[in-house]
Amino acid sequence: MPLLICSYLYSEKSCFSPLKQYFCRGFARKQFRPSIVVSKILIMILLSSPIDYLPIAMMFVVAIGFVLFTMFVTHLLGPRRISKVKLETFECGIESQGNSRLPFSIKYFLIAILFVLFDVEVIFMYPWAVNFAEWSKVSTAAFFEMAVFLGLLVLGLIYIIRKGALKWE
Amino acid sequence: MSQQLQHLEGYEGPGFLATSLDKAVGLARKNSIWPLPFATSCCGIEFMATMASTYDLGRFGAERLSFSPRQADLLMVMGTIAKKMGPVLRQVYEQMAEPRWVIAVGACASTGGIFDTYSVLQGIDRIIPVDVYVPGCPPRPEQILDGVMKIQDLVASESLRRRDSQEYKDLLASYGIQ
Repeated sequence: MPLLICSYLYSEKSCFSPLKQYFCRGFARKQFRPSIVVSKILIMILLSSPIDYLPIAMMFVVAIGFVLFTMFVTHLLGPRRISKVKLETFECGIESQGNSRLPFSIKYFLIAILFVLFDVEVIFMYPWAVNFAEWSKVSTAAFFEMAVFLGLLVLGLIYIIRKGALKWE
Repeated sequence: MSQQLQHLEGYEGPGFLATSLDKAVGLARKNSIWPLPFATSCCGIEFMATMASTYDLGRFGAERLSFSPRQADLLMVMGTIAKKMGPVLRQVYEQMAEPRWVIAVGACASTGGIFDTYSVLQGIDRIIPVDVYVPGCPPRPEQILDGVMKIQDLVASESLRRRDSQEYKDLLASYGIQ
């Protein structure tokens, strides 16, 4: 369906469509506005025809072909020695005991997932901290934006504490 | 890369080199050895220095240590192997994928060293075949590098059929390895 739309827009009929003219004029005048960048990408999508996607298909064929070829050749060339000891579970050279698939407490999962949640937020703060000195010269908006962001996080933290998610016993 | 290609013999022309499959595979294997460090004592400390920036085993394409025998090419035994450790070492060796090479680093791994006692294995070649021995107590990182380069020579010159040969099977059979 998107390809159909693209091919329609690419055809003679749509050459002078108001939509495209709008995009083209925007493209010529204000190149660096985010909205213009988005429309640039849109125009690239709208003006492309199915044949333009052929290199991508070729890339997929080459990538899959390379993997298949390498796996085939390594299995062909590589020597193999299969014995009972070889196929045993490896556990640092000692005899393995029991099953590795054991049920474990959901508490570990909960703590881990909450850690990931709050840990990832720090990533947003790094670029903010780097640019903060520059921004604060102009206005205090950057500070309050981060304050709102952290405020929301703290609300979440209070919520999980109140829910008892961090209670271990 | 071109430096490594200089050691290859084959039909050469401007911008290309044609050689036998053995040599091409040997070149690839030689420069992508994944060692499995089996460090039990002080030689292991020297190995750490070998891996670190001054000596840098990564220059030989061997910076990726494998702590599972499944992907390892080179078993580096560094340190005293007690007789109780023997079966462990042997299982690690047996679970490595072919082709595999073994280097005994230091006097203890090679011969038992100063520990001529009831509890210490007098050289790992009593339980597994060894390709290169590195003397020293402990050997300096240069010596370990030299040993690895000797292994590289072995790897590069190994025939593709060696691991299927009767000679190799007899060698393993003499150690009781299937």
